[in-house]
Amino acid sequence: MRYLEDVVTLQLDRSRCNGCGQCVSVCPHAVFRLENKRSVLADRGACMECGACARNCEPGAISVRAGVGCAAGVLAGLVAGTEPTCGCSQESTASCG
Amino acid sequence: MTSPCGCGPKPGASSCGGSGETSPGPELLGRLAEPWTDGVHVTVLGDVPRARTTLAVGDRLGTLKIRCGFGRANYRVPPWLYAVGSPTDRSPVLLSANYKASFDALRGVLGGRDAWILVLDTKGINVWCAAGKGTFGTAEIIRRVEASGLARLVAHRRLIAPQLGAPGVAAHEVQMATGFRITWGPVRAADLPAFLDARLKATLEMRRVRFGLRDRLILVPVELVTGARQALPAAAVVLLLGGLGAHGYSLAALSNTGVAGAALVLASFATAQVLGPILLPWLPGRAFAVKGAVLGLGLAGALAASGLLGSGLHAAAWFALAPAITSFFVMNFTGATTYTSLSGVLREMRFAVPAQIAGGAVGLLLWLAGLFLPGGSVR
Repeated sequence: MRYLEDVVTLQLDRSRCNGCGQCVSVCPHAVFRLENKRSVLADRGACMECGACARNCEPGAISVRAGVGCAAGVLAGLVAGTEPTCGCSQESTASCG
Repeated sequence: MTSPCGCGPKPGASSCGGSGETSPGPELLGRLAEPWTDGVHVTVLGDVPRARTTLAVGDRLGTLKIRCGFGRANYRVPPWLYAVGSPTDRSPVLLSANYKASFDALRGVLGGRDAWILVLDTKGINVWCAAGKGTFGTAEIIRRVEASGLARLVAHRRLIAPQLGAPGVAAHEVQMATGFRITWGPVRAADLPAFLDARLKATLEMRRVRFGLRDRLILVPVELVTGARQALPAAAVVLLLGGLGAHGYSLAALSNTGVAGAALVLASFATAQVLGPILLPWLPGRAFAVKGAVLGLGLAGALAASGLLGSGLHAAAWFALAPAITSFFVMNFTGATTYTSLSGVLREMRFAVPAQIAGGAVGLLLWLAGLFLPGGSVR
C-alpha cells in the first residue's frame, strides 16, 4: 500500500553519512539502502515521517519533520490551537516487545 | 481515529511501579499479586517478578476488550524489570512498553526461553505511539537502565529494543550514557524467536511493517466505537430536523423522514468504518478522503438503485451527504494506518476538508429544502 508520493520532508545528505546503517535497520518501510558504504534513498515515497532514521543518525545526515499522519490528530490540533496531537491509535499488531 | 490523545499524566508524574526517586539501591518490583506473574526470580540485587509466557483467558479477554475500544487508557503493567524463565547474566535484555497488550505480545512468544524484560513507563501506550511521543524514549531507557541496576545483573552490554521504538530512541545516545548498545529487534513480537535464534539478525521481512487485511480488520471495532462519538450526535440532529415540514413540526414526519435520515447517516458512518478499512487497498485514489468519497457514492448509488433513497431533492441530497460523511471518516482512518505521513495528510486535508464541508452543506440544504417543498421527498 502506498500513500501520496512526493510530499514528505525527508532529506538525506550523503556527504555526511558514515555508513553505519542505522537508518536501514530502523526504517519500517525500507526507504534506505546502503550503496558503496553510504546510505541512499531507495524509496523516498514510502516514507511515513516517523522520524526513526533521523533520531538514530549520529552524524546528522538525515532530516525529516517527524509526525503522525493522522487527520483526526490534525483536526484536534486545529480545534485546540496546538500542533497535531496523535490519537494513540496505531495499535494493530505492531506492538512488538 | 478520532480520539484525542489519552496519554494521561505528563512524564514525571509518579508511575504505578516505581518507588521513590531517591532510593539509593536498585529499584526492583519484588513479588506481584498478578495472575500473569509466576512468583519471583531471585537475583543478586533482589527479587524480580517472573512473567508467565502463556497467555491466560483473562489476558486474551483483556486484549479483546481494548480492541473494542474500552479501557485502553488504563491497560498497564507496572514498569521495571521482569524475568522470563531463569535468566542469567548472559541472558538477553528485551525492552518493552507498559501497555499490557504490548507486554503480553512479548512475553507470549518467549516460552521456553530465559530473558530479562525491562518495561519502560510509556504511560500505558503501545511501543510505536509511545515512541512518537518520546515516552518510549532515550531518557526513559537511560533512567530505567541505571535505576534497575541492570549493569550488575548482566555481564553483556546489549539491549534488544523493538524496531518500532526507534522514533523515540537514539541508540547512540543510550550507549553513550549507559554503555549499553541497542540492537533493533523485529517489528513484530512473533518474529522475535527467529530473531533470537539467528543471533540477533533480522531479515528484511522482519524489518517491514505490514498492514494486511487482518491488521485492518482488528481496527474496525475501535473505529466504530470512537467514531460513534461524532456519528450518533449527527444522526440525532438529522432525526430531530426530520420533524420539520411546511405545516410545522410533526412527530409523523419525524418518525418517517427523520428516522430514514438518521438511518442513512449511520449507514454512511458504518460503511466508512467497516468497508473503509477492509477495502482500503482496492478503493481508487491514494488520498483517504477520495477513497471515502468513492465509498459514499457507491452507497448512495446502491441505495438509489434498490429504491431506498426515495426520489426528488432527498435522493439528490444523499448523493452529496453520504460521500461527505464517508470521506470524513475514512480520512480519519489515516491515523490508524501504518503508512501515512503527516505531510501527506496535511496535503490531502487542504482539499478534502473544504470539499467535505461543501458536500455536507449542499446535501443538508437540499435535504432541508425537501422537507418544505411539495414533492421534495417521496419517503
